Amino acid sequence: MDTILEILSAVIREAISPGTAAVAIAVIGLNLHFGYTGLLNFGQSGFMLLGAYGFAISLVHDIPLPLAVLIGLGLAFVFALVLGIPTLQLRGDYLAIVTISAAEIIRFVGRLSTLKDLTGGAQGIQGRTYQPAFVDLSFFGDGAWTLAPFNYTDVAGGAGWVRALGGLVFVVCVVATVIVGRRLKRAADPTRTAPRTGLDGTLGKVLAAVLVLVGLYALFFAMPVTYGRSGVNGWWVRAVAWTLVALSTLVVYLLVRSPWGRLLRGVREDEDAMRSLGRNVFAVKMQSLVIGGLFGALGGMVYVLASTVQPDALGRQITFFSYTALLLGGAATILGPVLGTVLFFSARILIRESARAWVPDSIMSTQQTEQFSFVVVGVALVLLVIFRPQGILGNKRELRFNV
Amino acid sequence: MSETTIGTPSLADPAARRALMAGVTPEPGAAKQDPILKVDKIERRFGGITAVDVEHLEVQRGIITALIGPNGAGKTTFFNLITGFDKPSSAGSGAHWEFDGRALNKTSASSVAKAGMVRTFQLTKSLNRMTVLDNMMLGAQDQSGENLLKSVFKPLWSGQEKAVEEKAKELLARFKLLEKKDDYAGSLSGGQRKLLEMARALMSDPKMIMLDEPMAGVNPALTQSLLGHIQSLRDEGMTVLFVEHDMHVVRHISDWVVVMAEGRVVAEGPADTVMSNQAVIDAYLGAHHDTDLGDDQVLTDRALEQIEAEVRADEAAHKAAAHDGDHAKHDQQGDKS
Repeated sequence: MDTILEILSAVIREAISPGTAAVAIAVIGLNLHFGYTGLLNFGQSGFMLLGAYGFAISLVHDIPLPLAVLIGLGLAFVFALVLGIPTLQLRGDYLAIVTISAAEIIRFVGRLSTLKDLTGGAQGIQGRTYQPAFVDLSFFGDGAWTLAPFNYTDVAGGAGWVRALGGLVFVVCVVATVIVGRRLKRAADPTRTAPRTGLDGTLGKVLAAVLVLVGLYALFFAMPVTYGRSGVNGWWVRAVAWTLVALSTLVVYLLVRSPWGRLLRGVREDEDAMRSLGRNVFAVKMQSLVIGGLFGALGGMVYVLASTVQPDALGRQITFFSYTALLLGGAATILGPVLGTVLFFSARILIRESARAWVPDSIMSTQQTEQFSFVVVGVALVLLVIFRPQGILGNKRELRFNV
Repeated sequence: MSETTIGTPSLADPAARRALMAGVTPEPGAAKQDPILKVDKIERRFGGITAVDVEHLEVQRGIITALIGPNGAGKTTFFNLITGFDKPSSAGSGAHWEFDGRALNKTSASSVAKAGMVRTFQLTKSLNRMTVLDNMMLGAQDQSGENLLKSVFKPLWSGQEKAVEEKAKELLARFKLLEKKDDYAGSLSGGQRKLLEMARALMSDPKMIMLDEPMAGVNPALTQSLLGHIQSLRDEGMTVLFVEHDMHVVRHISDWVVVMAEGRVVAEGPADTVMSNQAVIDAYLGAHHDTDLGDDQVLTDRALEQIEAEVRADEAAHKAAAHDGDHAKHDQQGDKS
């Protein structure tokens, strides 16, 4: 039982870690590229790395934090322009080739030993050289803090059944949210005129939101997490990271519901049709590439807030994780990127820790469990694309028409 | 919707249209009274093949002009060239075309559409994973919500959005697609997509609408309704240019017919007379289509020599035409043979 609780605790810690939030922001940007505009950007890690470098190197050189953020974003902006100008006039595949190579170029340039003074070469930039500027901003105070503050230890002396009850409430909330979500989707489907479920839009959405909040609270009630209030890897950086995730989601929501968002989807469907309707397809694609890239750079900055700037940590792997997370959550949906990223990273830790706990070392060493978790995630992605290509939140109706 | 200057209402009357075009000589490149589109020296070569070689063409404002010709005549390529989807090989060496007094030589496809010349495609380009209504709303021009900076603030564009939506619904109702407005465009039938594409093009209030084979792959019943729609556009004052290779479809509705063959404009004229033009018959059926080569009488030496002489003359004319670029002369030669 203790093993299970330890594993679950590790999963929850991973789910709310700044790294997960950072990738979620990058996936939100990728969703704008791939989900809405149909741009095959395989270099999101390059945007992240540029953002991280611009941010960290500026801070190391005592540039104020807001300016450092702008420098990181500015680098990604220039990178998007440089990538976009030659390739966005061509067919989509070329952008994929160019972005994946460009991201690798950035990574290898970062590793260059001649740039050791600036980028730290392959070792990267140590976190302590740039993190203080951010950590010092914290107004959370000192000491440790537990989420949720009122948890199972406060009820009946922390008995096991209270904890189990909390877990049960969480599971019930998840199941209920799924049911409500499905009903909402069915009610919104105009082709299905038959039984309307009596669940009208606003009410259903409020119900779903309440269920999610109650479920989250039940989760942290049963599995409280304790970190330092401030510090390099405490609640401060988590709060900032997840606030940025929320803000990014909001910005993307505002963008894609507008006529501009309609332009993006139009370009995704057929560029020639958009030209015949008098739209400047190149400008639309460029705007999307730049904005998604800026989200990538922001994600990169958040990524290094609680770790180091390490070129290999932000390599191709992160790009492919991002795609997996995006497809898992559902491309061209608002909340899909966040949900997909959280589930993806949680599931990986769950697999890894379970393999570590129960598979004997003679069969699979600790290092191999790490690799095993990637194998399982890869198989899961294949199964996902076959059996639920629209992802968790995606709309299956859209997939009936192959463009 | 009307942008025409000369007697818009009167052009709904067939007699008025006949009177308007009566003064025009039915020959290739004839000057029109009030041309909305003028094309000069457009040539497009694909390697050794000259797909389009149009010396001069004018399209009269406010009527339906049909561009017909057998398969491979270069109609669609010509369409692509003047709508900016392709670049003429003769660009920079005399290629010039203007729409409504505005030169379009160096404009992109999107600017051509903005200038008021909107096209549809032979292979329908509906935006499949968007609803029919969204498809329509993309047709409207100058939407302030499409500006990236304004798009985030809904109050800045919600008013215009409502107006656009109203207009889209009106047009959908007219094309009998209104009950489909929330369906994905990809779920429509081929004919409905043709209708949707045409309706979408109309969202931009074009001065001229260019339809690339609107009847291709459409069942006969729907063809009638499509033809009706095209005529009603004309009656509202729009200029219509459409490509079709089926001459019988063209006959009913077009006020003027331009015939292309092997990349050139070989004949022009009112629908009823141009069909009997020798050049048109040659283009569709071949120059010696009425000579029965299985008939022994034809196989005399004299007849064979005569045919050979004709072929030689034809080739000589081709060469001469290629030398001095005087294609009109060649076309007349083609008329006689």
